[in-house]
This record gives sequence, C-alpha cells and structure tokens, in this order.
Amino acid sequence: MTTLRGLGQLTRMEIKLYFREFFAVFFNLGFPLIMLFLFGSIYGNTPNPFFGGYGSVDVLTPAYLAMLIGTSGLLTMTISVSTYRELGVLRRYKATPLSPQTLLFAQLLAVFLMLVLGVVLLLVCAKLIFHLRFNGSALSVTGAFLLSSLSFFSLGFVLAGLMPSARSAQAAAMIIYFPMLFLSGAAIPREVLPAAVRRVAQVLPMTHVVNLLRGLWIGEPWGRHLTEVLVLAAVAAVGLIVAVKTFRWE
Amino acid sequence: MNRRAVLEIEHLKKYYGDVRAVDDVSFKVAEGEIFGFVGPNGAGKTTTIECAEGLRRPDSGRVRMLGLDPRADGRRLKERLGIQLQETSLPQRMKVGEALALFASFYPKSVDRPTLLKQMGLEDKEGAYFDKLSGGQKQRLFIALAMINDPELIVLDELTTGLDPQSRRSMWDLVRGVRDRGRTVVLTTHFMEEAERLCDRVAIIDGGRLRALDTPSNLIRAHSAENRVIFSAEAGFDPGRMRTLPRVSRVERDGERIIAYGSDPKMVVEVVNYLGANDVPFRDLRTEQASLEDVFLALTGHEMRD
Repeated sequence: MTTLRGLGQLTRMEIKLYFREFFAVFFNLGFPLIMLFLFGSIYGNTPNPFFGGYGSVDVLTPAYLAMLIGTSGLLTMTISVSTYRELGVLRRYKATPLSPQTLLFAQLLAVFLMLVLGVVLLLVCAKLIFHLRFNGSALSVTGAFLLSSLSFFSLGFVLAGLMPSARSAQAAAMIIYFPMLFLSGAAIPREVLPAAVRRVAQVLPMTHVVNLLRGLWIGEPWGRHLTEVLVLAAVAAVGLIVAVKTFRWE
Repeated sequence: MNRRAVLEIEHLKKYYGDVRAVDDVSFKVAEGEIFGFVGPNGAGKTTTIECAEGLRRPDSGRVRMLGLDPRADGRRLKERLGIQLQETSLPQRMKVGEALALFASFYPKSVDRPTLLKQMGLEDKEGAYFDKLSGGQKQRLFIALAMINDPELIVLDELTTGLDPQSRRSMWDLVRGVRDRGRTVVLTTHFMEEAERLCDRVAIIDGGRLRALDTPSNLIRAHSAENRVIFSAEAGFDPGRMRTLPRVSRVERDGERIIAYGSDPKMVVEVVNYLGANDVPFRDLRTEQASLEDVFLALTGHEMRD
C-alpha cells in the first residue's frame, strides 16, 4: 500500500516540479507547438505531391512526435537523473522505505506522462487548427510510440550512467540530441534534406522513429518498417542492459 | 547496560582500495541512549553508520539494527528508522511543506506535520522553496524529515554542522527530547564539545579504528585528562613552589605564561588562593577544564583537525 501511495505522491511531485522549470516546459511542450504553428501557417495543410499527396502538417505531426520522444528521453530523463544523483537527492530517497525500483519508476512515469501531455496538446492543435489527417490505426501508432519511447528513455539512463557528472551528462545529451533532431527529419521534413544527409542519418535512432511513425500514420503496414522496428528494439534492449550496468546512486 | 541493544556491530570492515575506512569496529548501542561517534573528518564515522543503515555494503562483519539485517530487511528497517545524511539535497524547487508531505507518504505512520515544523523552527517556511533556505534551515528540514515517521532509532550524521551556536543548542535540546521520549539517537560529530555535553556514551574513532568507548566523564577520568589554570606572572615569580599544593600535579613555565595542571577540579581554587595569599601579581588568568579534546589527543597522539 505504502509503495503505491509513495509512487503516486512522488510522481505527482515530479510533475509539479516539472511545471516549475521554465526550460523543461518550453522544450517539451512549447517547442513542438511553435514549430507546428510556424510551418503550418507558412505552408498550410493542403495535399501536396511533394509529401506523397499529404499536407505538410500531416507529415510534420508524426515527426514532431519523434521530437517529443527525443526531448523527453534524451534531455529531460538524462538531466533529471544525473542532477538528482549529483545533488544527493537519490541518496535521500534511498534512505526511505521506498524501493529503488519504485523511485526510478516514479521519475520515468512523471516524464512519460509529461510526454503524453505534449502529444495530446500537439495532436489537438494540429487537428483543430490545421485539420490534421490520420489514415493509420491508433493502436499501431500507440505501439510504435511506446517502443520508440522505451528506446529513448533507456538512452537517457545510459547517458546519465556513463557520464561522470550532471554537467557532462547534460552536454553529451545536447550534443547527441540537437544534430539528431535536425538530421533525422524530426524537426524539418526529410524531403528537404539532401540525399547524402538522409543516408548518413540512417545511423541515428531518431530517424527510425520518424520513419516508423510517419509510415504508420498514413496507414502503411508494419511489414514495410521491419528495419525500424528491429533497430529500435535493439536500441531499447542494449540500452536497458547498459543502463542497468552503469546506473549509480551517487 | 541491561537495556535492549538497538544496534549491534561486530567486526565491521570496509575498505576502499587500500584505504581502511572502517577497520574491525565492534560496539553496541542500547535503547534510549544518545550515542555519539566522534572523530575527525575521514575517520570512518559516516562509513560505519551508512553500513549500519544498509546504504553501504560492508566488506565483512555483522550488523543488526533494531534486530534486523539492514541488507536483507532494508525496507522494514527503514520504516522504523530516521536518517539524516551528510551531502544530500532535495529538488531545488520543492517546497518545505511539500517535502514533509511527500516523505510522510513513504511511511505507514507519520507525525503531525505542523507540530514538527514548529519544533524545527520552520513554521514560517512551509511554502519556501528548498533552494531559498539558508544552510541551517536546510539542515533543520533534513532533521525534520528524519523524524517524520516517529522513528524508534534516529541516526544523525553531523547534525549541527552549518548551524549557528544558538541553533546548535536548540538542536541539542531537541535531541535530548527525542531520547526522553524513549527513542534512541546515534549521531556523529567532529565537535568534541557537542559529544561531551550531549551524548550519554561516546565512541572515539580515528583512522577507521575504534579507540575508546564510554561515557564522557569516564573517558576523561580514565585518560587522566587534567584541568589547567593558565596565567601570566612577572619574570621574578617562582612557580616551583606551587608544586607543593596537594591538587597540583605539575607546573609548566613558558616565558611569562604559567600553566598549572591537576585532575581534581578543586585545584583551580587552590591555585587562585595561593596567588592571593602570596600577593602574586598575575594577569590573564583563565581555566581550561579537562575535556574529550584531551582524551582524543591522549588516545591518538594528534589533535582533531579542521
């Protein structure tokens, strides 16, 4: 009973704390919305052969889901775990009856719930303002979203575990995140990227998130995205193992 | 010491590489006492108590806290234990009242929070962010968190570090209050005065080894630590004649400064009477009582650093 109550209270507290951090709220919730309004108002959402007969918002919205996942997993998760460790917050929680698993799960759950909030805000705005189209299955897209989240959250823990300090973990997260954001097609549509860049971008996990979500969004079958699924599952598996091996409380 | 032992440590060892942080330490803490761990920084105090709390894994030795093995029964133990750590923090933007409510939710039972805030002198800080608190206020908040579950045993690591003298004294009263309610307190300190005035029993630890363990007054008596009368007199004064005083064990002279030693506190009266009766013009007279500081020096051959 106390475990569940502790988990609930800690998750609630983490969400409260999140809203007290201007940068967290801006990057996680605000940035994708700003991008949506910017591109949506410039290009509208009329079908366009350049995007395979879809509008720019139809193509950008699933890509922004990838952006949201990347921000939550790589930035928020990495920074919060490494900072809590460095300040000794994790130590303090560990001195309570709360189990270590409960403690980490609460951190993860809080970030994930904020991610879901970001997704809902994005979809509602895209639908209401730009008449977003959706031809896929909600179940498939949810499944792909969960798989992608799992890989990126484990990457966040890996970075927090491998980097010696909060500052270096934050720097590493930024260095990995920002190029990936722009090369993967998560921030700008892959259609405008040069072919060479797109080829190189195949090594980035986020590219696979973008391609998988964009494909399923317009109703393509899973069969056409086996590579993406395999890559993301492998990242998640390796990431989890490394995360468990490298995790430190202090 | 017939009371139940709430903490038993036998042959505890913890090495960090070649450094023997804790080197074969054994002792027992009885229910209802204030037990102090005294020694300089790096002596092994924190490592010992963190092994006892189950936060660190000892290399060898046996630990029983409240009858439980901290590694196997960590959760049940921590429900009955209050812990204040060194080098810890809360999220910067957490409010004082929120921290207490959150930590209360981790335990099956908790104390009345407004009362606790008042006890800690934090009643007007309930809505303050953690990072806006002063060092002393943070310290008091951590002690409040250690008491939130009304623990049977409370472990305070460097409880008054960072506190001003007035808060330090009120913290001592608070710790005595905890003991007077039948709870046990284990604390570490590198302030000898704190150990002497607050603790029922004191363990002196240095270089990872337990050097002595007893009540402060027994320790001072056993190590024949002496009281001192220190004063300045003119060069013509011959201190040799003071040696005939029955309670003065020896007299030292260093230029104008004269120091008389004796283990009986009444030697102070003898020395002052002697100076008065013989019309000795003296200046800057002060007395130093035998203290744990002297015991530490006698035991380890060096003074407490810091």
